[in-house]
Amino acid sequence: MSYQLNGQTIETDEEGYITNLSDWSPELAEVIAKEEGLEMNDERWEVVNFLRDYYDEYQIAPAVRVLIKALKKTMGPEKGNNKYMYELFPYGPAKQACKIAGLPKPTGCV
Amino acid sequence: MSDVKKFLYVNRKAPYGTIYALESLEVVLIGAAFEQDVALAFLDDGVFQLTKGQNTEEIGMKNFSPTFRALGDYDVQKLYVERESLEERGLSEDDLIEVVYEDEDDDWAEKPAIRVISRAEMSDVMAEADVILSF
Repeated sequence: MSYQLNGQTIETDEEGYITNLSDWSPELAEVIAKEEGLEMNDERWEVVNFLRDYYDEYQIAPAVRVLIKALKKTMGPEKGNNKYMYELFPYGPAKQACKIAGLPKPTGCV
Repeated sequence: MSDVKKFLYVNRKAPYGTIYALESLEVVLIGAAFEQDVALAFLDDGVFQLTKGQNTEEIGMKNFSPTFRALGDYDVQKLYVERESLEERGLSEDDLIEVVYEDEDDDWAEKPAIRVISRAEMSDVMAEADVILSF
């Protein structure tokens, strides 16, 4: 599998996670989201940006439980909960949000 | 939750050169999802895993030492480091990265997760564990 952006081919693994993390750009995020059947909006960007910051600091993509706990702390309980997260990313924040954020699949995510 | 067991992950090897250290950390992160009582022990060359200022650029491996700082998010609150192992390598607590966790019972106050203990105390920690995984 791969993505096309401005005439360039971006390589991914068989599940659509980009192989080279430095290939990521906001434009690519839009392309990956479209592939997932999602349109990027402010709410989705908030989560994607959070994930990228978390990866930058800790070098891992957080487990869903950790992501939700952290969002609850920074953005409040109306955003830091499972329901909100699955409304934004129906196939799971780990599977979809991390993919859009250009991060590896979270450790322990099946 | 019933049947909470005390898991102790024992880390004895330097962070790079073998895959043991990284694999151990991955198992800890996966295992933390099962809501067990998880602690890590660092002894022998394993103490190097927690040293500050690691730079892996020249060896082409990912510097995963920042990931230890995420352990608090995974409710891992105990990183035991053996004092003798530090001293034998010319290291002290000041050479180690900072790892904190938030104490739910104390208004989420940030507390240090790294505890430098003596060899004798380390053997007590091991004796109290239900499950020991050695890396």
